[in-house]
Amino acid sequence: MYRFASLGKISPLFRGFSTITHNSKHINQVNLQNVRCMGGLQAGWKPERQVAIEQKITLDDIQVPEGSWQESYQKINSKNNMMLIASLGFFGATIFAMLKTGALYLHREPDLKSIEINVETDPEKIKAAAKIAAMDWSTVPDIPPHVPYLLIGAGTASFGAFRAIKSRDPTAKILVIGGEDNIPYMRPPLSKELWFSDDKAAVENLKFTQWNGKERSLFFEPNSFYTEPKKLPYQENGGVAVVTGKRVVKLDAVQKKVYLQDRTEITYDKCLIATGGRPRSLPIIEKASDEVKNRVNLFRTIDDFKRLDKATQKAQSVAIIGGGFLGSELACALGKRASSNKMKVYQVFPESGNMGHVLPEYLSNWTTNKIKSEGVEVLASSKLTSIEAKGRKIVLGLDTGEELSVDQVVVAVGLEPNVELAETSGLELDDVRGGFRVNAELEARSNLWVAGDAACFYDIKLGRRRVEHHDHAVVSGRLAGENMTGAAKPYWHQSMFWSDLGPNVGYEAIGIVDSSLPTVGVFAKATPKDTPKAVVEATGEGIRSETEQEAVPSPPSQVTPSSPKHGEDYGKGVVFYVKDNVVVGIVLWNVFNKMPIARKVIRDGAENEDLYEVAKLFNIHESS
Amino acid sequence: MAYCREEGKDKVIFATKEDLEQPSTALITIEEDPDAEPGLILENGDINWNCPCLGGMASGPCGVQFREAFSCFHYSEADPKGSECYESFKTMQDCMIGYPELYPSKEDAESTAEKLEKQDEFFNTNNSETQEIAEKSEAKS
Repeated sequence: MYRFASLGKISPLFRGFSTITHNSKHINQVNLQNVRCMGGLQAGWKPERQVAIEQKITLDDIQVPEGSWQESYQKINSKNNMMLIASLGFFGATIFAMLKTGALYLHREPDLKSIEINVETDPEKIKAAAKIAAMDWSTVPDIPPHVPYLLIGAGTASFGAFRAIKSRDPTAKILVIGGEDNIPYMRPPLSKELWFSDDKAAVENLKFTQWNGKERSLFFEPNSFYTEPKKLPYQENGGVAVVTGKRVVKLDAVQKKVYLQDRTEITYDKCLIATGGRPRSLPIIEKASDEVKNRVNLFRTIDDFKRLDKATQKAQSVAIIGGGFLGSELACALGKRASSNKMKVYQVFPESGNMGHVLPEYLSNWTTNKIKSEGVEVLASSKLTSIEAKGRKIVLGLDTGEELSVDQVVVAVGLEPNVELAETSGLELDDVRGGFRVNAELEARSNLWVAGDAACFYDIKLGRRRVEHHDHAVVSGRLAGENMTGAAKPYWHQSMFWSDLGPNVGYEAIGIVDSSLPTVGVFAKATPKDTPKAVVEATGEGIRSETEQEAVPSPPSQVTPSSPKHGEDYGKGVVFYVKDNVVVGIVLWNVFNKMPIARKVIRDGAENEDLYEVAKLFNIHESS
Repeated sequence: MAYCREEGKDKVIFATKEDLEQPSTALITIEEDPDAEPGLILENGDINWNCPCLGGMASGPCGVQFREAFSCFHYSEADPKGSECYESFKTMQDCMIGYPELYPSKEDAESTAEKLEKQDEFFNTNNSETQEIAEKSEAKS
């Protein structure tokens, strides 16, 4: 009740209530509740005095130690130690977890001593090398499904192209696909040096002896030069791989893809068509019996060479149809063979003299006489009208009424460019000259070029042309290769060609050499120095376009005059081919190493010049 | 004495040595051809990797190593020239050993490089000779 009393003292309102409580005891409990809720003096309130008394500190308040101090201390200490151990454990676990999750990275100092010097340090490369070394090549396709550079055809133009690509893009990966079973080789010796070699074993190995006696292989590069096709994509430094005996039958220039005859597909980044050509035949021979056809030799490849070489070892007589470069060279070659095996050699052609489409008439006739002197019976102005097998001989009927009975026939009447791809692939052909039509940069379509015999290109200087010569294949192949690596160069460097009629007569030519054009020839009497044999002996080079590359014009000589000697035997000279007063072609007749000057004259055009004066630039008497 | 004969459209001139030794009056522009076969070293001193004189060296299986070694040698300013190129020549030779058919020569790589440099000088002389002729013919015109 003390509480109540005190409440009454403070609040008169509560005092009233108290009165009520006193008076109505039957609701006492309820009222008590009400007073609490309504406020009033707080419970436990004490006057300050009272508080002061209660809080007065006395000695009784001081703690009294009880139990052992040591025990108590150890208890506390062991508790702290436990705490420390637990904390350390937790910290360790955290660090471990961070290391494991990679949240914490330690920069370890490398052990400098243990690092090996001069080995591949790039882990990627080591991995790649290890991967290649451990590769199961039997699971890799023989022909890679994609190559950066694809060259269709494995002839001279492709050789020119891959060399140019490799020199501009050192780690290029190049795949060459050729129809023949041979790696790239040069064809000129097949109708020249190989026939004049006495070394049978060398000929067997396709090694030819240059006129100077130096031996050289027909193959541009030996087999080991090339990478295996399936390994090509994995070569760090790239390489050149050749697939032989396969033909590309279709090309999709939009999708940059080719198809082989066995349906293999290859995609490329840049592609070159260098399919070359195949020897033409005559309709009359196409229609002839198999007996006749078996004795007819077309001439283009190593196999053709081997076949003719074998066939003429024992033949008693052979007829060559065609009076162009190949026909005339083979006539000389077989004429030489005839001198040892008594074979009779005929050469038949419709023109009035050898190389009648190329050389002016007087020179053509002179050449014919030269070939006759090599033991060949030349039948000029004669056309083949019939061919049939009679007994063991093949009988050729000529429009002159003459009949020839021979064992073997060689047909050398020109080349048919290999352009089957145009039909299957929608590429443009030239109606007049044949071959794939390309621009001055040898480009047929985006990322697609054509070079060599199969290319009908635009020559900025001389107009649209198609050229079938070794050096043109090299030059145009190289240009295409340069352009495939981004050079964007037009055809500008004129290719040349040469023909040797045995070791003693030879000529080199450049530009448009067409006997229907007016010509101006300047000649001098020849000396023993002026033969193809002499030039190769001097330069050591059988592939004449290579000699000419190294040749530089010799300066005009200041020799003291000697007594005049002149003869009319066309020993050596320069022949200019003129079109609209401009020199478009030049033949250097038994004059060698003057091609750089000829090239400059063609470039200049020598319009309205006195060509006799121009001829002086060639120093034909001095030429060696 | 030169004399001329005409056979239809074809003209033939026979000339003696002395006739042809008279200075030419022909006006042939023998401008330096930007596309002329430049030889091993270009005018700006760079190496012409497309030079036929290199044969298959730059395009063969050790082409990359060859280029590295030859560049090192060519641009070397050390004395003796190329003395700092030992490593790259070693790398090249290690590669070449794998292709005895391609690189049969026993002479060491450095002499090859020297030989090429000489060739290079040869080409440069030739170029200057060409230049000389060009100047002469220009003077004549």
